[in-house]
Amino acid sequence: MHNIDTDFDINLDEISKIEGAASLEIKVRNKKIEDLKFSISEWKRFYTQAIRGKPATAVPQLVARICGTCSNAHLLASLEAVEKGLKVTPSPQTMILRKLLYYGLIIRDHALHLYIFSLPDLFGKNSILDLDENDPIQKQLLEDAFAVKEVGNQLSIVIGGRSVHAPMPTIGGFLKLPKLEDIKALKPKLLEIRPKILKLIELFAKDPSDFTLQAPVTYCGLSSDDFSFLEGAIKTSDGVTIQEKDFGTHLNGVIIPYSQARGFKFDGKLLMVGALARINNDKDRLHPKTKESVKAYLDVFPSHNLFHNNLAQAIEIVHTIDSSCDLIDGLNAIENESPIKIQAAETVGVGLIEAPRGTLYYKLEISADGTVKHGDIVVPTGQNQIVMERGIYELVEKLLAVDTPKDQIVYEIEKFIRAFDPCMSCAAHFLRVKWR
Amino acid sequence: MPVKLRIGWFSFTCCEDSTIIFTELLNTHYKDWFKKLEFVHARILRKDDTEEIKEMDVAFVEGAISSDRQEEKLKKIREKAKKLVAIGACAVLGSPSNQRNFFNEDQTKEIKPILELFKYKEKVMKLSDIVTVDENVSGCPMNEQVFLQIMEKYLNA
Repeated sequence: MHNIDTDFDINLDEISKIEGAASLEIKVRNKKIEDLKFSISEWKRFYTQAIRGKPATAVPQLVARICGTCSNAHLLASLEAVEKGLKVTPSPQTMILRKLLYYGLIIRDHALHLYIFSLPDLFGKNSILDLDENDPIQKQLLEDAFAVKEVGNQLSIVIGGRSVHAPMPTIGGFLKLPKLEDIKALKPKLLEIRPKILKLIELFAKDPSDFTLQAPVTYCGLSSDDFSFLEGAIKTSDGVTIQEKDFGTHLNGVIIPYSQARGFKFDGKLLMVGALARINNDKDRLHPKTKESVKAYLDVFPSHNLFHNNLAQAIEIVHTIDSSCDLIDGLNAIENESPIKIQAAETVGVGLIEAPRGTLYYKLEISADGTVKHGDIVVPTGQNQIVMERGIYELVEKLLAVDTPKDQIVYEIEKFIRAFDPCMSCAAHFLRVKWR
Repeated sequence: MPVKLRIGWFSFTCCEDSTIIFTELLNTHYKDWFKKLEFVHARILRKDDTEEIKEMDVAFVEGAISSDRQEEKLKKIREKAKKLVAIGACAVLGSPSNQRNFFNEDQTKEIKPILELFKYKEKVMKLSDIVTVDENVSGCPMNEQVFLQIMEKYLNA
């Protein structure tokens, strides 16, 4: 028998191994949660205010700085918003290159989360730095982690000029086009990392972590024939299809009674976005080779086990490898296209893409002089906030009911938050949540 | 066993782009660096076992300073680090995280309730406004080559 504390406080000042800063305070008395505060401790940088009055053409490079890890998602979503507003249709070559740039992001961003943040949990380790180099499996995983990330990194560098805040993509095209031979040279590297990800999938599929919310959740994501993250229409797990431009009207900013923050629901329902939502809704649209290679693992989807977000991300890496190889095979030349010239107009544009962590929405109102009058940005972690916080609460209640020691509760909470792969740098638009 | 260089990696107000660049540099440098570096603090890589800031040979600090609490933490880092390196534009120059410093009257009025509620500093500050900075790696994100040169210099010191 071990002694179980019935009264204790948990204060996590900075939750580790996530993007950005978040903190958590829980007060437990007589084995019941008296207070639970999950706070985003990022300090706001006020981008939605800062873009007002700036030329719309300058906005994409500025808003890329909202987030270091998914900067290219902010770049492409805001480029789309300006282009849709000004009725600029990017060329097929531009779209192919943007997809390749983006698949590079998905590979390196998901790999960062899965290998660096979540993998140590599977081995009961604090950090990837603690993996045992004398254990051949752990040693190989360490090598795989950096090899996979590097290929995603290189794909983004070759196409966009840099993997973070890519300087080359611009409104209507690219400022400087990549060389065909550099792109072609990436295919063998992509094929080299493919078996590594299949091993990673096997590992996450065996993870016994299981947590399902009691309340029903609507899974939401952009859906296209080629599962491209960049095009298509919003599809929900309730069978509803919505055009990109109308997505904002279905999002309900919610003032949570116990919160000073705005979360989001979708048509009044609990909302979840991200890899789990995408695979739940659209597993049939994955690349045929991906479906063939991972078919044993696709049966669990649609899944309500929120830890399956990890497995879904790993499957998406295989899909982006296979899709990138197809796109590279299809490229026979890089046409010397200049960016399409734009004409300023008073307009409104919506850009919507699937960021690694879920749907990213930009609505930009542009004045006749070409400056931004008003901008609305909704990030994935904002949309997942209500589900994430409810999950923490339910998880802690469940663990308290079976006399789980405090240290174990802390560990399980962090593992749970990490499975969402939240991005606090992006999410600094919502401030504080207080549970009563 | 040779003594490892004890480093810390800290992020204040920013998008953490240089942290990402650092994790990408690990792709090709981890074998060497994991042997030679001890990560005393690095929230991106490990959970700290204590809330205390520990002694370090080099503290790499990205981001600008938005609050008194951040300022206190930066001063503690400075006390505990033999060398402090400012990483990226926000740490070196304050920008773009300090964009609210240049807001017009309307914009300032709009964000005022948030600044007051959460006790923001009146102005966002760069690191050298508060502590002595030994080296700067500028860029948004940080310039990789400059960072590698500085890392190499400390590893061979």
